Amino acid sequence: MPSNIWVLAETWRGQVTETTLELLTLGRELGGKLEVVLLGNKSLAASLVGADNVLCAENVAPTPEAVAAALTQLVKERQPQAVLVPWTNLSMDAGALAAAQLNAPFIGGCKDIKADAGTLVAQCVVYGGKLEAAVAATTTPALFGVLPGARAASSGNAPAVTDVTVTLPEAKVKFTKYLEPEAGDVDITQQNVLVAVGRGIQTKDNMELANDLAAALGGAVCGSRPVIDQGWLPLSRQVGKSGMQVKPKLYVMLGISGAPEHVEGIKGAQLIVAVNTDAAAPVFNVAHYGIVGDALEIAPALTDAVKAKK
Amino acid sequence: MNILVLLKMVPDVVEELEVAGDGKSLDASFLRTIINERDDHALEQAILLKERHGGKVTVVALDAPDIDDTFFTAIAKGADRAVKITDAPEGLTTQSAARLCAEAIAGLLPADLILTGVQALDDLDGLSAALIAQQLNFPYVGVVTAVSAGGPTATVLKEFAGGVRGEFAVTLPAVLGVQAAEKPPRYVPIAKVRAVMKTSKIETVSAPGEAAAAQIDVRQLAKPVVSSHAEMLDGSPEEVAGKLVELLAQRGLL
Repeated sequence: MPSNIWVLAETWRGQVTETTLELLTLGRELGGKLEVVLLGNKSLAASLVGADNVLCAENVAPTPEAVAAALTQLVKERQPQAVLVPWTNLSMDAGALAAAQLNAPFIGGCKDIKADAGTLVAQCVVYGGKLEAAVAATTTPALFGVLPGARAASSGNAPAVTDVTVTLPEAKVKFTKYLEPEAGDVDITQQNVLVAVGRGIQTKDNMELANDLAAALGGAVCGSRPVIDQGWLPLSRQVGKSGMQVKPKLYVMLGISGAPEHVEGIKGAQLIVAVNTDAAAPVFNVAHYGIVGDALEIAPALTDAVKAKK
Repeated sequence: MNILVLLKMVPDVVEELEVAGDGKSLDASFLRTIINERDDHALEQAILLKERHGGKVTVVALDAPDIDDTFFTAIAKGADRAVKITDAPEGLTTQSAARLCAEAIAGLLPADLILTGVQALDDLDGLSAALIAQQLNFPYVGVVTAVSAGGPTATVLKEFAGGVRGEFAVTLPAVLGVQAAEKPPRYVPIAKVRAVMKTSKIETVSAPGEAAAAQIDVRQLAKPVVSSHAEMLDGSPEEVAGKLVELLAQRGLL
């Protein structure tokens, strides 16, 4: 008989996240009873549709330490075969810590998981999206960090709910407050045209080339992680896992490799154009049109051509 | 404050990555490795904290090709001490490597903070920072983008999504998985690194104990099988720009 598959529910701003529901769809395919660990408000259990049962504990603080301790305790008591954890900023550290406490593997960056003769085999994105690894867990339990978008959100009936009690250690990590992004900047989630800049832009001065193109196209400039880390764009312009989810009609990518952390943020883009010097860059697997070339040469040519056409 | 920074070398993904004949690992023959980008941020955060509060920064890493250059660069940036963990088996998974590193780090304590990148490009079975925190029984927070210290706790910012961050008070000593330092990693001129090579020494410690067996089986490593690929536009910059503008105009995007 197949063992239980668990999903660690992720809640954000009082709601269960979409990724949690996607993991429920995936978990259902892996056989066995599908249970959700909900460490938070019990009233959210009804939204975890498609699961068989929810294990709910309400007294758990929103820290990686508390979530991991609760999950570890429940896994030890109830012995699921696998726990699917959202591979997100919100949940990845709790998943990693629980796996460490359980001496279990935490197989991360999974875009898919399949059951193969009783063993779960994950398809994992590695090396910034350049390669994928098929990884089997050789021990039970195993934890899997699953990327957003692995499946469609679950549907079905509201699950049964079981109240569970967890004993937490003395807190050494305390959540204090949320810090909201700085207001007053352009809201990139509302733009029809975005010019996105990555490492290939090379210097701060070259940002001007992206600004010019965005102005010609009537849009705004946004960026991937390296550009934000360099301080060339504010945090409010970051697209991807840590930043915004955008849905423009046109998304032009200048010098972005297409790592999964960035691609996660552009699933709603209607037309994607990518410019990159590396013909093997994963960005060309998500773009509709691709140009192998130096963004520093292509961007000004494109700006001129757009101006000439208008 | 005393800060330990765990560094790791990873393949430079700007280069082409080739899969070895076994179909499960990287072909190492032409592999160029660099410091894991998140670890470089962890080092920068450590040096920023040292500049603010005083203390010492020690960089630690498993032996690997080019690790000495990375150590000398770290010292040139402001690290005080470099410790190389030698004699570890090759091809360790993240989990097995982190268990060994945690034992070596235990021998370098006390420290107020242990910083490392929140993840590495080749992690498949765990995150180093969490594994080390568990083994040392220190608290842990990941996806960290700012740290301020002073007293028995550190104030740590963790990045969520949509530009929102959370503030946490973390009892020291602690392990933090760094996503980004408060400032971009500093640049050091090669001349300074060369000078450091002449005057600084890298300490070594032998890997303590046996490496734990891996709990995963990598069955295949391959380029992604893609369901779609971009339609490529060829020509000079002016030619491709012209072609693209036509396509955008046809779609009513201009």
